[in-house]
Amino acid sequence: MRHLLGTPQLSRDEAIQILDTAAQMAATQEREVRKLPTLRGKTVVNLFFEDSTRTRISFEAAAKRLSADVINFAAKGSSVSKGESLKDTALTLQAMGADAVVVRHWASGAPQQLAEADWMHGHVINAGDGTHQHPTQALLDAFTARRHLVADPDGKGLDGLKIGIVGDILHSRVARSNVWLLTTLGAEVVFVAPPTLVPVGIDGWPVTVHHGLDEAIEAHDLDALMMLRVQRERMTGGGSAFFPSPEEYTRLFGLDADRLGRLPEHAIVMHPGPMNRGLEISAEAADSPRSVIVEQVANGVAVRMAVLYLLLAGEESAA
Amino acid sequence: MTGTLLGAPDISRALTRIAHEILERNDGADSVVLLGIPTRGLPLAERIARKISEVEDGFDASARCGALDITMYRDDLHKQPIRSIGTTSVPSVGIDDQVVVLVDDVLHTGRTIRAALDAIKDLGRPRAVQLAVLVDRGHRELPIRADFVGKNLPTSRSERVDVHLTEIEGEDAVILTNGRGGDDA
Amino acid sequence: MSATVQNTQPTHRPFVITGASVYGEEVRDVAVVDGLIVPVAEAPADAIRVDGTGCVLLPGLVDLHTHLREPGREDAETIETGSRAAAKGGYTGVHAMANTNPVSDTAGVVEQVWSRGREIGLVDVFPVGAVTVGLKGEHLSEMGAMANSKARVRGFSDDGVCVYDPVIMRRALEYVKTFDGVIIQHAQDLRLTEGSQMHEGPVSADLGLAGWPAVAEESIIARDALLAGHVGSRVHIQHLTTKGGVNIVRWAKSLGYDITAEATPHHLNLSHEEARSYDPRFKVNPPLRTDEDIEALREGLADGTIDIVGTDHAPHASEDKDCEWAAASFGMIGLETAVGAVQAAMVDTGRMTWRDVARVMSEAPARIGRVEHLHGRPIADGEPANLTLIDPKAAYVVEASTMASRSRNTPFQGRELPGQAVATFLRGVPTYLDARFDQTL
Repeated sequence: MRHLLGTPQLSRDEAIQILDTAAQMAATQEREVRKLPTLRGKTVVNLFFEDSTRTRISFEAAAKRLSADVINFAAKGSSVSKGESLKDTALTLQAMGADAVVVRHWASGAPQQLAEADWMHGHVINAGDGTHQHPTQALLDAFTARRHLVADPDGKGLDGLKIGIVGDILHSRVARSNVWLLTTLGAEVVFVAPPTLVPVGIDGWPVTVHHGLDEAIEAHDLDALMMLRVQRERMTGGGSAFFPSPEEYTRLFGLDADRLGRLPEHAIVMHPGPMNRGLEISAEAADSPRSVIVEQVANGVAVRMAVLYLLLAGEESAA
Repeated sequence: MTGTLLGAPDISRALTRIAHEILERNDGADSVVLLGIPTRGLPLAERIARKISEVEDGFDASARCGALDITMYRDDLHKQPIRSIGTTSVPSVGIDDQVVVLVDDVLHTGRTIRAALDAIKDLGRPRAVQLAVLVDRGHRELPIRADFVGKNLPTSRSERVDVHLTEIEGEDAVILTNGRGGDDA
Repeated sequence: MSATVQNTQPTHRPFVITGASVYGEEVRDVAVVDGLIVPVAEAPADAIRVDGTGCVLLPGLVDLHTHLREPGREDAETIETGSRAAAKGGYTGVHAMANTNPVSDTAGVVEQVWSRGREIGLVDVFPVGAVTVGLKGEHLSEMGAMANSKARVRGFSDDGVCVYDPVIMRRALEYVKTFDGVIIQHAQDLRLTEGSQMHEGPVSADLGLAGWPAVAEESIIARDALLAGHVGSRVHIQHLTTKGGVNIVRWAKSLGYDITAEATPHHLNLSHEEARSYDPRFKVNPPLRTDEDIEALREGLADGTIDIVGTDHAPHASEDKDCEWAAASFGMIGLETAVGAVQAAMVDTGRMTWRDVARVMSEAPARIGRVEHLHGRPIADGEPANLTLIDPKAAYVVEASTMASRSRNTPFQGRELPGQAVATFLRGVPTYLDARFDQTL
């Protein structure tokens, strides 16, 4: 594995190796000294073209606990004002000697361009690109689900599990990453969204689609529900609204105590955060014992440590 | 001089002797814990622990034996393909103020033990650390020596020492072969 | 193919093109004297002989869809570099789109473009005027003034953007009847394509790039076909890309509407799968579509539903392409690769003959642009010697850095094309011969 750009490129063995490694990393985080010397002398650059404090600090913690040097690089430039070009930024990072570049970008495909262009040599880790992929989020989701739902999880996938992903699939890199990773690991994926928020052209995706949460809960024994963030402004603004009102969305797709009660007893509730309490998830559901949302954050560090280790610790020629 | 150098009875005798030496050195086993270095150090540590428990009443072999994975402390990670990380399990009594006996199959350059000492430091503060190995083949690159040695085997650098254990390979044997490079332990 | 040019006489020296297959049909020599095609017997003994053995001789190609970027974006292309690209690609006439800066929406600007083209003299540059002032879609530009200017504009287009307002479109269609003009429409529903990046389908779903539905193109084509039929005017639909669009044009033609349509070399060859590279060289408006659409375009071009091949040659400076897909500009250069790309898609597949290529790349575009008195003429005695010599066996690997265009954004970079133009004559003057543009130097 030279880069981590997206989940479609991950084989089952690679995915399980990452999850197993993450489990060992998680174990080290319960020790007295949580810092490991593994990546001493390596430089990891967090290159963020889009603000995301959560993801950045998660990668930063992961890199620092492996003793890598971390440089945070908040690149200016949005889709509106281009600012410094991707190419010039990459050349700068190359000059700084970045061993790995963790890229968050508003544009789908930017990490792939960085990896494939001849601008820099470091390993590229996609930390979320546009509405495309967010592989470490999917890996931490899979890790969390495996921990809760698979007995003696080391070396295992998610075979036979049914996982529902609810909400704005259309704009969600989390959904796009999870659908491939969860399927690769043997799980069955169910999408739950209004038709306006399901991408056109997903006939080839290994998913079942439902247009109401009640219907999905009825039709499947879901082992996990992943609630996606619904951006209020984007969703209901003016003539381009994707649904009529937040209230209607909550009625049809929100997870509340009643719907939670109709899930199988062992089922868990996940959310990539930040949550809109009262819109896609009620406070009761978010705070219930079935919710593993806080744990997801901790697992995020372990999974990112695993990814950094697997990309950076080996010999360069084998990479 | 290639071929099988130690057979099952030799290995068993060596481990029995090491168990007794550990007890003698530490005036019993009250504060002794064993940490095996995966892969083969771990079953060896478990065997030594069982042998101690056979002669030492009150020594709980399972509670006083753990695994210490040193992968993330190696100084040669960048020279090797990616290694899977093994499990580290600290004995339930912990290692603080205990005498930790590190157990490995072959002592060679000493770099593995250097990494293990670093790893132990991150787990706690033992009163002392001792080292037990089944085979010492020489060619040290660091100022490290073993406290308990099953068998000293003078080798050339180009030779290769392979330890086979019932738990892993289905047989007990120490085998010397002519090969390029050697065990890097 | 080589020419024996012994000295550096003025360029209207007589030529004899020998051994070429005229229209890809009979092999005969063609003589050129004083800018006209003459009987071979009339060529003087010292006429320069151009060996066309194995080549196909066609009337000079005419592009109804070229962006020359001057005035305004001379860093991407100039009338001079664009003219070189055209000559190298086998073109003797190009219609220069109006989305320059300032916009070609007045007689002043179109005359400037036209006269600059004449000065350079490598290709006839026919300016296309803007339909609306500043391409804003709000007020009709002074199309009459442009039509009556020295540039003699007949084609009007807001290309780059669609004439979206149906009332303005109707008025424009009606108005250009005065001077037998044509509205050249860039069919794109603006609301359905807000933020769109590529064809909406399985690839856009995978890549997380905002989709550009086929219907956004087809609905405008249908509307404008009906409007043209209603007011009895001429409409030309640029760059058809979808099967649905082809079907609508076929239907409109069956009703006798005066509608013509175009396909580009890239849409005839490349599909949306190319976007998986996220390489912005494949970002184009309208977007690359599916294999099924490519098939429909090829079928439509072969059966005459699609009248012409237009290149939509759209040069962009490297900084507008060396960036994120979503930040990159839409467009591809195409003048220099059009012959090879059309040969690959249509001739080598057995769908068209070279005679058909003459129709779709020279005669029909000249007629739609109302320059058929100058271009797309028969290869016959007494006709202007606008000629293109094509070597259909001169396969080559496209290399952007060797192109005549100032820009490098070719989608065919690194790919092999089966043939190419090897010589171009504009009114008897070689504008491209032996890999050179200026034969007088």
